[in-house]
Amino acid sequence: MNSPAIADIKVHHPPGDLAIWVFILAELLAFGVFFTTYVVTRMHNVALFDEMQLTLDRNAGALNTVFLIAGSWCVARSVAAIKLDHRAASARWLLWGILAGGGFLVVKLFEYSAKFEAGINLATNTFYMFYLSLTFFHFMHVILGMVILLAVWLKAHRGGYSAADHHGLETGASYWHMVDLVWIILFPLVYVMR
Amino acid sequence: MNMNARRLDFIFAVLLIGTALTWWMGETGHAGPAAVLGILAIAAVKGTLIIRDFMALRGINVFWPTMVIGWLLLVLGIIMGGYWKGL
Repeated sequence: MNSPAIADIKVHHPPGDLAIWVFILAELLAFGVFFTTYVVTRMHNVALFDEMQLTLDRNAGALNTVFLIAGSWCVARSVAAIKLDHRAASARWLLWGILAGGGFLVVKLFEYSAKFEAGINLATNTFYMFYLSLTFFHFMHVILGMVILLAVWLKAHRGGYSAADHHGLETGASYWHMVDLVWIILFPLVYVMR
Repeated sequence: MNMNARRLDFIFAVLLIGTALTWWMGETGHAGPAAVLGILAIAAVKGTLIIRDFMALRGINVFWPTMVIGWLLLVLGIIMGGYWKGL
């Protein structure tokens, strides 16, 4: 009797808590406004944006893309593992995902520190105002995503999720993938396109 | 290894290749409308894969994938329009 109802819920709702998806849509809207503002401002300052873009460390940007993609893959594998009730493997994949997020933060901090040592700040010019604020806004989201994943990992490590009950894991995973999705646009926009 | 895990591994490989291509286009100085279109097309493919397979919105009620993929395409379209107009 319960099967059709459960199947119906699974088909109609995204993975995890519905509230996180409302939050994800709000976050995507905020980033969308940010990206649009960047593009519109660039239209009036093309030479400045193109010149300043060359001062960014594109290798660091690409490395950070790899960290976030790898982190997202690990978290997706964690969800796939728990669906098979492989609890230890699920926790292990989650931990790798958190470490990948840590790698992103370390690289970004090196990037920020190089810019600050060169005397660059929000007031340097319009491009750097966008670069610093946009990437820092995303940086804070990575930290929040890692805090969520850490809380999920603590429960997963204790065997708190199973094939039948992994709602919390899917909720944390959905948020983490959103952070990855935003960077998929941010990297080419700020570091590459000209 | 189950089919879902294999699919996730394959998608991870595609995402890495897409990232390498984007990086290479930047390193080799690709610029202009065609380069912008190519880079945004790569981002569209990568984003759609993340939404459908990592976020697991494939097979879910059409509202959710439409909202998130719609956001992706709208933002990429705005970027393309802005760059083409500003180039």
